[in-house]
Amino acid sequence: MEQVLWFGWFRADIIAEYAELFWRGLQMTIMVTLICIVQGTLLGLAVGMARLADARHAPARQICRVALRWPATVYVSFFRGTPLFVQILLIHFALLPVLINPVDGLVVAGDTARDIKQNYGAFISGILALTLNSGAYISEIFRAGIQSIDRGQSEAARSLGLSYPRTMYHVVLPQAFRRMLPPLGNNAIALLKDSSLISAIGLAELAYAARTVAGAYGRYWEPYLTISLMYWLLTLALAYVVKRLESRYGRGDTR
Amino acid sequence: MGEVIRVDALTKRFGTLQVLRGITCTVATSDVVCVIGPSGSGKSTFLRCLNGLEEASTGQVWVHGVPVHDARTDIDALRRQIGMVFQRFNLFPHKTVLENVMLAPTTVGGVTPAQARERADSLLEKVGILDKSAAYPNQLSGGQQQRVAIARALAMQPKIMLFDEPTSSLDPEMVGEVLSVMQTLAEEGMTMVVVTHEMGFARQVASRVLFMDEGQIVEAGSPIEIFDEPQHERTRRFLSKVLR
Repeated sequence: MEQVLWFGWFRADIIAEYAELFWRGLQMTIMVTLICIVQGTLLGLAVGMARLADARHAPARQICRVALRWPATVYVSFFRGTPLFVQILLIHFALLPVLINPVDGLVVAGDTARDIKQNYGAFISGILALTLNSGAYISEIFRAGIQSIDRGQSEAARSLGLSYPRTMYHVVLPQAFRRMLPPLGNNAIALLKDSSLISAIGLAELAYAARTVAGAYGRYWEPYLTISLMYWLLTLALAYVVKRLESRYGRGDTR
Repeated sequence: MGEVIRVDALTKRFGTLQVLRGITCTVATSDVVCVIGPSGSGKSTFLRCLNGLEEASTGQVWVHGVPVHDARTDIDALRRQIGMVFQRFNLFPHKTVLENVMLAPTTVGGVTPAQARERADSLLEKVGILDKSAAYPNQLSGGQQQRVAIARALAMQPKIMLFDEPTSSLDPEMVGEVLSVMQTLAEEGMTMVVVTHEMGFARQVASRVLFMDEGQIVEAGSPIEIFDEPQHERTRRFLSKVLR
């Protein structure tokens, strides 16, 4: 392919030659991010509720503490207290071989295990690590959001005869969700950027594409500037979506 | 007259703070019991024990013969028969006035949305606020909000209404409109327990007045007995301060 120079130094032809790779990388980045936002939010909600679990009477009270609050607290503490990069390596190279292994995998064994590991190993590990990591952060957002709602709100709902889950669903969470939108948006943006770390275990997303191109040509400005621009556009788009959601759900809040 | 609420040797402790020190009393059908007393005397805690918002440390609370203190009691089902109105209204700010009133009947009241709507409209009319159905709580005055809160509690057609200082966070000119709604309820035969600082209301509407101090019922009796012929020194001192 003929060399194309922009501004006298930017080799646009390199990007053009690997356009397919960047395109697939972009799709992978978006897919991983969306999957992890959804799973992380569900996990975060569950863990956030577990951290607030309590009961009025004796046996259920202890069960809530030992079976829900303690494990949830340890989980959150671990995933917020260790580097995401280390978590990715730990899950991919240590945990995954235990779960998916041709010889004695706990979840999958045999030839299927070999196939899965070869073709989807990095994908599974990456999704798992990012979901667990963001779930820990999101659970704190949920917890803070739920706790920020005046106690009188749930007391009013409970005094009307609504159960705890219904009180959460109809009264507390809708109000908490509004306050959680900004931090949830920040978290989604962080998640998008952190997904680049998965390239370290060989998942073909954006950062991996850039590394491949850089390796092939020994040129760094072009591939890394290109993906920087792509990440930037993605984060701007995400920020825009969050802003729209905020203005849409902002009615009727007294505080 | 049937007995609706029975409280037996109720105590409540928050950590080292003993808030209730053995409350025993009963409330009969259509009784309007006003609970008066100085701040921190345990009036609100006592009221909140009646529907299990606070759990008794020791002692027993029975409502319609159902033990509130028992872990096996379906407390949600019991609470549907006990309306509660709070000092700070606690309306749901993300829902309109109508949605506030309809929430409980449609989710746990077992009525159709159409029935709930009909009931909500008639209750909102009763408390004089039907024209604000579509408004959000933060668009209403304090007095209006409290009347909506009363309508919301009545929407479950409770047999008992609990009022926790319902006029204490209202501007003075709005106290009257809330009290008159409560008076109407009392005249219709609703069983009511009212924690209040409105001595005029207590004297005029109450069938019985409880004077509480330091977690105990010091004196109980008809409004005339409590206000005009108080037997205890502590009651006299309290009344001389509030009835100036």
